[in-house]
Amino acid sequence: MAILVDVPTLDERVGRRSVAQNLLGRPEVGALVGAIVLFVFFSAAAPVFLQPNSFATVLYGSSTFGIMAVAVSLLMIGGEFDLSAGVAVISSALTASLFSWYFSMNLWVGVGLALIVSLLIGFVNGWILMKTKLPSFIVTLATFLMLTGLNLALTRLIGGSVATPSIASMDGFQSARAVFANSFTIGGMDLKSPILIWIVLVVIASWLLLRTKIGNWIFAVGGDENAARAVGVPVRATKIGLFMGVGFCGWVLGMHNLFAFDSVQSGEGIGNEFLYIIAAVIGGCLLTGGYGSAIGGAIGAFIFGMANKGIVYAEWNPDWFKFFLGLMLLLATIVNLIVKRRAELK
Amino acid sequence: MSTGQINQQPLLHNEQDPPAPTPVHLMELDGVGKHYGNIIALSDVTMTVDQGRVTCVLGDNGAGKSTLIKIIAGLHQHDEGTFRILGQERRLTSPREALDAGIASVYQDLAVVPLMPIWRNFFLGSELTVGKGPFKRLDVKRMKTVTKKELADMGIDLRDVNQPIGQLSGGERQCVAIARAVYFGAKALILDEPTAALGVKQSGVVLRYILQARDRGLGVIFITHNPHHAYPVGDSFLLLKRGRSIGSYDKKDIELDELTGLMAGGAELQELAHELADLGGYPDVVREVQADVDVEVTSAE
Repeated sequence: MAILVDVPTLDERVGRRSVAQNLLGRPEVGALVGAIVLFVFFSAAAPVFLQPNSFATVLYGSSTFGIMAVAVSLLMIGGEFDLSAGVAVISSALTASLFSWYFSMNLWVGVGLALIVSLLIGFVNGWILMKTKLPSFIVTLATFLMLTGLNLALTRLIGGSVATPSIASMDGFQSARAVFANSFTIGGMDLKSPILIWIVLVVIASWLLLRTKIGNWIFAVGGDENAARAVGVPVRATKIGLFMGVGFCGWVLGMHNLFAFDSVQSGEGIGNEFLYIIAAVIGGCLLTGGYGSAIGGAIGAFIFGMANKGIVYAEWNPDWFKFFLGLMLLLATIVNLIVKRRAELK
Repeated sequence: MSTGQINQQPLLHNEQDPPAPTPVHLMELDGVGKHYGNIIALSDVTMTVDQGRVTCVLGDNGAGKSTLIKIIAGLHQHDEGTFRILGQERRLTSPREALDAGIASVYQDLAVVPLMPIWRNFFLGSELTVGKGPFKRLDVKRMKTVTKKELADMGIDLRDVNQPIGQLSGGERQCVAIARAVYFGAKALILDEPTAALGVKQSGVVLRYILQARDRGLGVIFITHNPHHAYPVGDSFLLLKRGRSIGSYDKKDIELDELTGLMAGGAELQELAHELADLGGYPDVVREVQADVDVEVTSAE
């Protein structure tokens, strides 16, 4: 009834929110503060950290997680998560490499096939989820295990070893490397192409999330699936699309991993899925869905990259890295929880 | 869904006279039934919904109210009988199809997505866009303006359409959902227990919006188990019990007391009074309740 009582004092109440309060309402603020603190900290602890090339290395490290964190953040805002994301990256690289090698075809054929396989993995994850209504934890845990097994078994079956044969001399290798694993120099920094891809993906994802219908649907299916369905949001298509987005980003990263070298280890990728989820959560995405941002996920990945490389530059024992990661995750989750309570119960 | 719907708005708003009773009903259910496996959830229910009238569906828990509205809202399909919209026989297979047929539902607990801003909730599923192809984007400014205006027209004054809708009270959220349905040109509005979780004052607010929606020419289906909420706003009443209709009345044919008596199920209350007395309930009070029930039962009969 409050709404009826204070009708005359309509617009004064809007002005009372200060800029700081508005800013604190953003999902990525906690992560941004954390990133600044960490940046200052490592700049002080390790002077090498601020040199252009060290910073480029930090950015590169961040981008290899950041590319996946973009799609995983969106998926998490949509209320699901994907445990198969880490190994699916390797599955994509293996597909491109082994297919082209076995049939002696131009590598671009393999790259195209890998894209189809990656999107298909995403589609299958999403489709099973929507059909069975099982939690995504179970569904993607199953695909994670199956892909892990397939990666190892098929690589040995086709290539005869745990790593794929070298593709460096095959047709299309140079052009594919130029696309997926190039480097360029800006302002004295030797930047690798994933950094650029990462930034482009973050921009696209942010735009998609905040300024399109699809973005509205993503927030809605994560926030309250039934409400979304009742007002006519295509819940199934949205969720399957999100899983396919993870597939697409997995393909981009997989191609980078492949063409940065010329061979892929079939057992890699395991455990990375958690790092993507951690980046998204540190960046302010709620594990329960409906809240978060693509930029937040990017900041999460950046924090991750800084901690990862910063410890090395500071010449500490890298054993400490996981401890820091855990601590940051805990702090970020608590901040998120407070944000959510404020939003819901104010 | 953008322009076509919006252009209809002036028509709805400028309506001067109450709509003349149409020869065709807005909605007409005839002998509708539904079973899940061998469980009969609803059988032989007949009701009509007309423009500018409030049809109340009353019943206790498990009476079949939810099944009935799920059929009308396109979440379930009926197995028996016919369901006509504007004279045409229909079988709705999705909420989207129901919306396109002009039937909007406002649910008690799933009306909105709590963490999303009010304006995003208002346009959810029917967003306004500008631009073409890959540059097609949300028309944020217009959506915010429209949300603010539409809610103000319904008498809801909002601080800020950017705040998460979860910060509003239960009654306000219901009202946003009602305003949304009205704006998107709904012909019929289904309200599923809109007052069930609300306090007395908030319920009053919602009841007012029901009448506003009615006056704008919508056919309202108001589902409730509270005859005190139904009677003041309803034009006709359908009573359900254990999946069956136990009566259908026009306002002029029934008094509030009779409605309450029918709803409570006089005989059951009497039994309860005995039982409570046996269990050591306060005999005087139980007797008093029993006397009340007796009066209601006689007047209902």
